[in-house]
Amino acid sequence: MIDNTTMDSAEIKGGQAVQSGFSGAAIAKWAGIWLGFILISLALPKIFDSRFAMSMFNQMGIAIVFALSFNMLLGQGGLLSFGHAVFYGMGGFGAIHVLCMVNDGELRIYTELLPLAGGIFAAILGFILGFISTRRAAIPFALITMGIGELLLASSLLLPSFFGGEEGIAGDRWTEITLLPFKYGKSIEVYYLILIWMFLSVAAMYLLTKTPLGQMANAVRDNHQRAQFIGYDPHKVRTFQFTLAAFFAGIAGGLFAINYEMVTAENLGMLPSTDILMMTVIGGITYFFGPILGAIFITFLQLVVSNVTHAWMLYFGIMFIIMIMWAPDGLAGLIMRHQPIWRAKRMTKILPSYLAALVPGLVMFAGVIVLVEIMFHISLSIDPESPLSIMGVSFRAQAFMPWAVGILLLGVGGYLFKLAARRVNQAWKTVLAEIKQEGV
Amino acid sequence: MSEFIIFSLLNTLIYGLLLFMLSSGLTLIFGLMNVLNFAHASFYMLGAYFAYQVSIHVGFIPALFLAPLGVGILGMIVERYGLRKVHAHGHVAELLFTFGLFFLFNELVILIWGRNPVDYQIPDFLDFPLFTLFGADFSAYKGFMLLISIAMFIGMYLVINRTRIGLVIQASLTHPEMVNVLGHNVPAVFMYVFGAGAALAGLAGVIGGNFLVTEPGMAMALGPIVFVVIVVGGMGSLTGAFISSLFLAGLQTFAVGMDYSLADFLGHFGIQASSEGFWGDIVRIEIANTRAMIPFLFMIFMLIFRPKGLMGVREE
Amino acid sequence: MATAALKLDNVKKNFGDSQIITGLDLEVLQGERHAIIGPNGAGKSTMFHLISGLYEVSSGKIALNGRNITNMAPHKINRLGLARSFQITNIFPNMTVFQNVRCALLWTKGYKYSIWHLCDRLKKVNAQAHEILERIKLSSMANEKAAVLSYADQRALEIGITIACGADIIMLDEPTAGMSNQETTQAVALIKSVTEGKTLLIVEHDMGVVFDLADRISVLVYGKIIATGTPDEVRCDPKVQEAYLGKEAVECSA
Repeated sequence: MIDNTTMDSAEIKGGQAVQSGFSGAAIAKWAGIWLGFILISLALPKIFDSRFAMSMFNQMGIAIVFALSFNMLLGQGGLLSFGHAVFYGMGGFGAIHVLCMVNDGELRIYTELLPLAGGIFAAILGFILGFISTRRAAIPFALITMGIGELLLASSLLLPSFFGGEEGIAGDRWTEITLLPFKYGKSIEVYYLILIWMFLSVAAMYLLTKTPLGQMANAVRDNHQRAQFIGYDPHKVRTFQFTLAAFFAGIAGGLFAINYEMVTAENLGMLPSTDILMMTVIGGITYFFGPILGAIFITFLQLVVSNVTHAWMLYFGIMFIIMIMWAPDGLAGLIMRHQPIWRAKRMTKILPSYLAALVPGLVMFAGVIVLVEIMFHISLSIDPESPLSIMGVSFRAQAFMPWAVGILLLGVGGYLFKLAARRVNQAWKTVLAEIKQEGV
Repeated sequence: MSEFIIFSLLNTLIYGLLLFMLSSGLTLIFGLMNVLNFAHASFYMLGAYFAYQVSIHVGFIPALFLAPLGVGILGMIVERYGLRKVHAHGHVAELLFTFGLFFLFNELVILIWGRNPVDYQIPDFLDFPLFTLFGADFSAYKGFMLLISIAMFIGMYLVINRTRIGLVIQASLTHPEMVNVLGHNVPAVFMYVFGAGAALAGLAGVIGGNFLVTEPGMAMALGPIVFVVIVVGGMGSLTGAFISSLFLAGLQTFAVGMDYSLADFLGHFGIQASSEGFWGDIVRIEIANTRAMIPFLFMIFMLIFRPKGLMGVREE
Repeated sequence: MATAALKLDNVKKNFGDSQIITGLDLEVLQGERHAIIGPNGAGKSTMFHLISGLYEVSSGKIALNGRNITNMAPHKINRLGLARSFQITNIFPNMTVFQNVRCALLWTKGYKYSIWHLCDRLKKVNAQAHEILERIKLSSMANEKAAVLSYADQRALEIGITIACGADIIMLDEPTAGMSNQETTQAVALIKSVTEGKTLLIVEHDMGVVFDLADRISVLVYGKIIATGTPDEVRCDPKVQEAYLGKEAVECSA
């Protein structure tokens, strides 16, 4: 689509800050972003206070921590894990078992600290499994993490005293043993707890990228051989990075345990592992904030779209493939590409071409939806002969017309979109050439 | 006892050759292109579904040829219009792409054929006992599966050892840098090998789908085990894939028949294991119940003690 | 006599049946600039890989400052004071030029796998990284991604990473390969200045560079050192002339 964009990421800004000795403007900018983030989070439940919204916000908070921890591996360490949910699930189990002990009066631990218990439990496991799996990166690593996930899932049924069989383990978060003046009976109280842990975790993971270990994780990702010749053992760097990622996944799992008061073996299986992978990649792995975007965006779609259609997973998969093929840097990458144009105040030059592409894009998308929904209706609904309704229009799925309409929308929309995409490309080239000429 | 051993051996052979049909294609693609095709088991699944669809209309024998062909063509399309494009974004992107395909194929199969298993049956003309041993039947279809697997195995052996393209593939397995000197037609070779690997997986689906069950979960059920096979065998080694296919099949098949547990073992020494809590769970586990775990356990041990696999030639 | 900076004792290396290194004996003295020359395929890069621990030796012994380093892991050899560059550019492409150099400083400055320090706050390390960038003339590119540098700049960065480790033995593998004349001159000046007071072992094809830089030269042919000596001695060695320079032997002034 659009190439030759330089990746001036947050890291490079860090570098600039060094040169200019932490300029006041840079600090103000970062403080502004963080403050805005906090204020919005605090205000959200005041604006949207339905049960649905609260449950969604809680899930988003958990997903943000989980996705960022996943990106500590993929984006920062170059390690593609197909089993990261192992640490999410085990963190959840760690926390819920501690909660059960608190419920039984065997332990006195503040409810607020349960996620930490989950994190520590996951980190211990992460260190052991990380040591085994990170000797080699890339493909062997991907397969081993997947194998470990499958192994734990398979063993969960055999070890009911830990995993609780099919029902899982349940606890009661209303323990009266709390640090804050909350009882965690209401979901808004849980929201604030998740919020605190989320901000602590996000800040910690951000700062970790700036530490020697964080920097060396990037170095090993880029070139593990070179890293050896500057004194580092790539296996150790990966193991430590893996342990830290497991720790934060465990915290996310602990938050899950508090939020749902229940953890099952499904939480550590392939499904949540692939979910978080796709979320993170769609958000973008080359920028620190990418996974945050992905977590918010996908959690939102997941809840809203799966309410109206059974085909959510299919749309999710299509979206993922599209991102991989045409926008490998994810949503964050798409946004950051516009930075030079934004700085040069040239956004108006490309927006018209976007609008021109939007219309056929929507037509094409409508075509896909019509076809998918018809097929799903035929293959999956209890009575395929019953009328299907899309956006208020009701019809028989077996009739000829809906198929024709769907194919027509898809074909015409697709063709026009292709033309429009060329225009977008052209607009980009012109603008970039202009900027270059002016030497901005 | 000898009945158990003989039938287990036969089942091992059938299951092992089925695994090899999948893992050989995966190994070839990996060896040649350095791409782990995550969607490989999806081609197996598609093979079964295609065969089901074809056999409804024109019968099993045409399906035996048409379904792998269809899957092979699909594989070539995937390579030509997908993988090749993603290749520029690097290794992780390729892996993510094939993973995305795995995900998408699963959803597409559900979209077209539904969530429930489809009625893909063993053809009538093969549905009789071939011979009876110790009072147990050995079905003709199992014999047929063996025959197809062995034919495939011989065919592949000949292609790899007796043809020019086979020699090129062999060379590139042990010396990946050789791929650069293949000449100007590298992309075409990649496309055909990818297609051939997919077709092999499709064939496995055709003969395995009706023997086992044809449902949307079948790729997920077999995929991880095939990955274990190539890790244990050594990434990029065909011989290794063959040995570990049979070996893992044997482990799993024989495990099914064993109801021995740690508690029984301790019992021999007069030790009464506690039956409470976590340790109670552990000592009560019977070997048969660990069938699903065995491949992964084995893989982890392998990685600790011999990280490059049984026949591994590559370090990293 | 001081211990040799680097001593190879009958080092052999087989790949399967083929013996690439057939018996290397080499002594690199403290503080000298030692060049390895030899025809293509003589095993020069293999020799570097053996010394730096990337390959395991089949037999023989390698000692660094009198300490046995045979078959040690590369990062451990590096920590003992040996740094190297590569024939193909070997940098951290997705990190900035500044980060590339800074990473190379972290271990020697004792930060190891720390998660308690923020790199941007390590004033001394950052100052030193900037100083190295100054020396390799890449200060203006400090915040660019290493991948976007020109080839010559990437080679310079590679040298920067190599010297940043603070090692006293530096091994450079064809640092000027693929460079224009002007770039080569600059690279040689750079190498001279950054290896001041250190031991240098260099593989180089460009004879101009070799005779300009080296105190001593060793000639590697078919996995064996056939001659070692000052540039003039080597130039006049009949074995070298026969094996390496062939019929176009240079006129001998000695």
